[in-house]
Amino acid sequence: MTDYTPVHVGSVTKYVVVESFEITPADLAIRGYEISDGAMIKETCFGLVVNGKEEAVNRIVTELRKMDPDHIFVKDRGFPPGDSRRCRANLGSARPGYHGMEYEMTVIPYVSHGLEELKKRDEATVPPPENPLDKKVIDISTLKKLIDAQES
Amino acid sequence: MAKVFIYPATSLILSDLVARHGHTPLSSAVAVRERIQTAGLESPPLQITPEEPKKGLKWAAVEVPSGVRGRMALYGPMIEECEAAIIINDADLAFGCMGCARTNELIKFLVRQKNIPKLDLYYPKNEEDGVKFVAAIKRFLGELGGKK
Repeated sequence: MTDYTPVHVGSVTKYVVVESFEITPADLAIRGYEISDGAMIKETCFGLVVNGKEEAVNRIVTELRKMDPDHIFVKDRGFPPGDSRRCRANLGSARPGYHGMEYEMTVIPYVSHGLEELKKRDEATVPPPENPLDKKVIDISTLKKLIDAQES
Repeated sequence: MAKVFIYPATSLILSDLVARHGHTPLSSAVAVRERIQTAGLESPPLQITPEEPKKGLKWAAVEVPSGVRGRMALYGPMIEECEAAIIINDADLAFGCMGCARTNELIKFLVRQKNIPKLDLYYPKNEEDGVKFVAAIKRFLGELGGKK
């Protein structure tokens, strides 16, 4: 067992993901560098990874969001940018967690549309979505009949 | 500002929408960050040490596999801390080995046991679903008292 000495202690890392017809990750990166003020910014294929003190990162993220508020999405990340335990360059395949983000990128256009629509419509007038808890599950007697049919 | 547990705990969409409406999303990244920023013994990649399955005993019995208990050491405190929860029910991306799968079941069970406001959803499948999805989350978070 060896000692573990963490790096970037006290820092915060956030993903800034862009799914837009008007803004590219390169545009975001240029704006990010302009206002970075010491924070670390890494450009990726889907947007940026921003690392630094919490206040600095929040300020950068807030500014970047203004570029296209309905098409820029932000989430926290545990590891700092380029960490060898997570970076694709070291692992030789997709970064763990990328597939989840890749799936959500297929859904994000619908969410962006929702955000845009709700600027024109009042959310109180929008009907509720399908409730997963209303989905009828198989009742016990039917299940018993199926089991009996299989066993006989 | 309420602390909102999100499931899948890595969801970009939920994390963003919760933060966008002025609340704090409780996601796995925060729990992972705590561990990788704490000095101790080298235990790559997530710095999950043998201590974690012991902490997980608070939420899962001793005969439950250590993989579940270790994961619960990350998610358990967040479930205890949360004041509301949003759960996406058809999240195929939250699949995984038995450790992940059983932990996910336990997470959903513990969240449903808790007497807090909860919102159950499916991922939107078209634009109209997207509007309903965002509106439902906005209404839910608005009722918690965030910014409009």
